Amino acid sequence: MILAQTFAQKALARASGVTEVSVGTTVDARPDRILSHDNTAAIAKIFSQFGLEHVYESEKLAITLDHAAPPPTPLHARNHAEVRKFVSDQGINNFFEVGRGICHQVLSEEALILPGQLILGADSHTTHFGWMGAFGAGVGRSEAATLWATGELWLRVPESIQVTLSGALPLGVSSKDLCLHLIGQLGADYGLYSSVEFDGSGVSTLSIESRMVIPNFMAEIGAKNAYLPPDDLVFEWLSVHSNRNDKQSSIRENAIYPDQGAVYSQAVEVDLDTLEPQVACPHSVDNVKSVQAVAGQKVNQVFLGTCTNGRLEDIAVATRLLHGRKIANGTRMLIVPASSQVLQAAIEQGYITTLLEAGATLGTPGCGPCMGNHMGVLAPGDVCLSTGNRNFRGRMGQPEAEIFLASPEVAAATAVAGMITDPREFEAL
Amino acid sequence: MNPQKRIWKYGDNINTDVIFPGKYTYTMHDPTEMASHALEDLDPTFASNVQTGDIIVAGKNFGNGSSREQAVTCLTAAGVGAVIAISFARIWYRNAINNGLPAIICPRAVAEAEHGGHIMVDMQHHTIALDAHNFPFAPFSETARDILEVGGVIEFVKQKVQNQIDS
Repeated sequence: MILAQTFAQKALARASGVTEVSVGTTVDARPDRILSHDNTAAIAKIFSQFGLEHVYESEKLAITLDHAAPPPTPLHARNHAEVRKFVSDQGINNFFEVGRGICHQVLSEEALILPGQLILGADSHTTHFGWMGAFGAGVGRSEAATLWATGELWLRVPESIQVTLSGALPLGVSSKDLCLHLIGQLGADYGLYSSVEFDGSGVSTLSIESRMVIPNFMAEIGAKNAYLPPDDLVFEWLSVHSNRNDKQSSIRENAIYPDQGAVYSQAVEVDLDTLEPQVACPHSVDNVKSVQAVAGQKVNQVFLGTCTNGRLEDIAVATRLLHGRKIANGTRMLIVPASSQVLQAAIEQGYITTLLEAGATLGTPGCGPCMGNHMGVLAPGDVCLSTGNRNFRGRMGQPEAEIFLASPEVAAATAVAGMITDPREFEAL
Repeated sequence: MNPQKRIWKYGDNINTDVIFPGKYTYTMHDPTEMASHALEDLDPTFASNVQTGDIIVAGKNFGNGSSREQAVTCLTAAGVGAVIAISFARIWYRNAINNGLPAIICPRAVAEAEHGGHIMVDMQHHTIALDAHNFPFAPFSETARDILEVGGVIEFVKQKVQNQIDS
């Protein structure tokens, strides 16, 4: 008899070609997609040690140049050149050049992963793909090389944590605040090795772009993967974005839902109506306070971008708050769209004009300064409010700088005031 | 060789950015240079004083954050022989095993260990000796043990690929 199964059990059973897997066992899983980015050249060096001429299934690879793009130094440029050579030598079709955007956003926009599939990526935020009900997990460089060589990887079937959402987000509060609330309450190791599986009536109240924030951010509580149950909104979005003409019905058929009665190691409930804007304070992501508790903190740089919050919806809310206003003296605002499609839509909507008039500046779509490589790294003593996902000491290039993390709403309000500010004070919301 | 190893003790959530800063990830490949930046934003005294075989002892969630494998290989290049913690972030843990670095979960040893003190790890009998006490730790999973035994995942996969070619 097959017992009631979690999403993680079902997804890993499918990926390893068996009918059923138990929590805690190890499976040899075959991913549908293998992601890498600027680290592709380093993975290729490891792969070359295996003595194989070709990767096992080149059509499964997807490669972006996003982490230091365009390259800020000759060494970074050489790294990109090595990536392009590998792509050419191996005949990789799914390669995305400098400026196309951040791997997780681009692979979503290209519908290169679909509900119920498994994606393993040499990037810790590969949990991202849970927004559509796929199983996404991060791996290291050696494991990416292993996948290129053999097409499979051992994975432990994780325990699952159930997070039930009810209600709907109030004005001025976003899914980023939900994430910060969760990590603030539960801690940065609450989800270690676990599949964080959301359910409840609150899920369907969230836009697609708001949903993308959540599994992405669950990497910060240690999750192996995260999951939102896909609905018609997801199937339609993917169908529109797929250039293989995947039909909504076939995408829907492959979606996976946990069984009633599936066993969860923990259960958490959140009423979205009760949430308030949150801020993660230096130097850890779980050092979370309400926006009122840190209001007035002076900020030199506001960074709107990253795989967590660099999408059109995020740029739109910043535009509403900054319309007809100026960014405060002594503060600079850097906007890095998550992808070229996001940038193009933001231009078409007139958002970019409004933001430039307010005094913001724009970077090439990609990861921007999030990990301290380029395009807005900090000086000693700088204070940055970022819409990203990590505020570790030295993260943005300088250990004597401070990073606060918050929603795009808080970021825009903070840019106007030059200090951390509650966005609910703005009527334009 | 003295089986007693020196302890470098740190707290909870020692993240990959303080172990190996992101600004170096795409440009620094030389192991000696990587070792010279190990833990630079956490403990600037570490890289210049660490000796081969020294052991890092830490709290919960060691290695959280990025998937960057250099957060393991900068430590192995610096000579670190093992990391003992209350818990590990999952990608760092896998990266450690894959590079032949024992990542040992043993909360009792963590509680007793002191910075600068001495410790002895017996991988065969799964015990840690600290002062007069012995602390057992759980054996590695079968797959992790197989990978550790050949010194890391690269050698492990090489053998697997060779076996496939031979058969």
